[in-house]
Amino acid sequence: MKRPVKSGVRSSRGPRINRTPSRAIAMSVPWLSVAFASLVSVVLIIASTPLVPPLGFLMFIAWRQLRPGLMPVWAGLPLGLIDDIFSGQPVGSAVLLWSLAAIALDVVEARLPWRNFLTEWLLAAGMAATYIVLALVLANIAGAATPVWVIMPQVAISILLYPLVGRLVALLDRARLVPFLEAR
Amino acid sequence: MAPPSNRRTGFSRRAQYSTFIGYTAGVLGALIGGLLLLVSIVWPGTFSGLRASGGAVVEPVGGATARTRAAGQSFFETIEGYAMSGQRVAQMKRELAQANRRLARSDSIAEENRRLRAMLKLSDGTVEPVAITRLTASSASSTRRFATIGAGSRDGIERGMPVRSDLGLIGRVLDVSGGTAQILLITDTASQVPVKRAKDSVAAFAQGRGDGTLQLRLIRLGINPLKVGDVFVTSGSGGLFYPGTPIAVVDELTRDGAIARVLADPANSAFVIVEPASAIQRPIDQQREEMEVQEDGELPAPADE
Repeated sequence: MKRPVKSGVRSSRGPRINRTPSRAIAMSVPWLSVAFASLVSVVLIIASTPLVPPLGFLMFIAWRQLRPGLMPVWAGLPLGLIDDIFSGQPVGSAVLLWSLAAIALDVVEARLPWRNFLTEWLLAAGMAATYIVLALVLANIAGAATPVWVIMPQVAISILLYPLVGRLVALLDRARLVPFLEAR
Repeated sequence: MAPPSNRRTGFSRRAQYSTFIGYTAGVLGALIGGLLLLVSIVWPGTFSGLRASGGAVVEPVGGATARTRAAGQSFFETIEGYAMSGQRVAQMKRELAQANRRLARSDSIAEENRRLRAMLKLSDGTVEPVAITRLTASSASSTRRFATIGAGSRDGIERGMPVRSDLGLIGRVLDVSGGTAQILLITDTASQVPVKRAKDSVAAFAQGRGDGTLQLRLIRLGINPLKVGDVFVTSGSGGLFYPGTPIAVVDELTRDGAIARVLADPANSAFVIVEPASAIQRPIDQQREEMEVQEDGELPAPADE
């Protein structure tokens, strides 16, 4: 049996008209989710080899691809700093690389206005791979001596995981715009 | 149709300026990042306080996930246990028979050891742990290998203290805050531990390779005496680590040493033990190490380092 379609005036959360999303939530969700992703990749497992993808960076890229302009270009500065504090990279590496990634994404977007799933994934895959390799280079300059082949599994996992991160960002984007406050 | 570009600002001066300022700030962010990076490369200790407080922030979350991790592992191990039980019982019976033989032999060695120690008036060498705690976080996405433990200066932890699990050495304390401490794992490429072969004290350095294995470099070069399966323990020279903590098993031989598998996988260590820094006790330990009776009952030649 088909369920009757709801009228739109009334839903389970009360009347749907005359409601707006909370401005604070709508603006803060992207920032909080990226910072949270940076944190999650640290506490998820105690790894003896770099295996967990840079979730904070993937989330950052996904937000910029889904909603360009929602976070300003300089968002890499505070968010990268948070990532640096937890990630174990030399402080400044994420600040630098995230800022550059944001600028690069904007440039590519200006050249390539057409978008589909495949081009976005390809672009993000390229960015993730470049990011992981450059992060390795910066860590090596700062005192480590890790060979490049160590990060190959991590690059592969990051690329395969990206669509999922994109989905999660889309979900969060819908959630942040749910109108539940009474409009004035 | 292609969507309109966000960058087209139209005739509004305000929109043009804000876009321009946004990009300027973006470039500025990159420059600041470069500057921070330069600072942390030239003066590596600058941000350690910031790091430590970051560790304190993740500690409660990390403690919770540490418990979940332990539960998750035992869950899967339980399932695996059902599937493999027959095979495992047979294997355990074999190992028990071997272990019994070895136990009898080690009893006699322990007795002899005790006698020699009494002769030399040495303490029995057990180390009182400073703290027993959990690993709460690790740099799982970076190529550096750091971890955080849920105990800090309030528990008496200081820089340089060795951290081990029941299986072997895990790392040493790099930075301490009130309730947490940062650990440099032995698998980090910047970590070097002086080690020796357990059975005959062939000395080597164990350097991390960043992928969970260690590169063993022999101190005395020549014909490579190592064999696959050799167990290495810390030698205690340098005074950072106690002698005799198991660390790795040789997996693969190289020209100047070997690649070794780490015995204590931090991912599998529910609890870790922080030991006091060994520098103070070093002379006694060195003596003890030199006099230690080996498995074949002979005294080894004193290490010539």
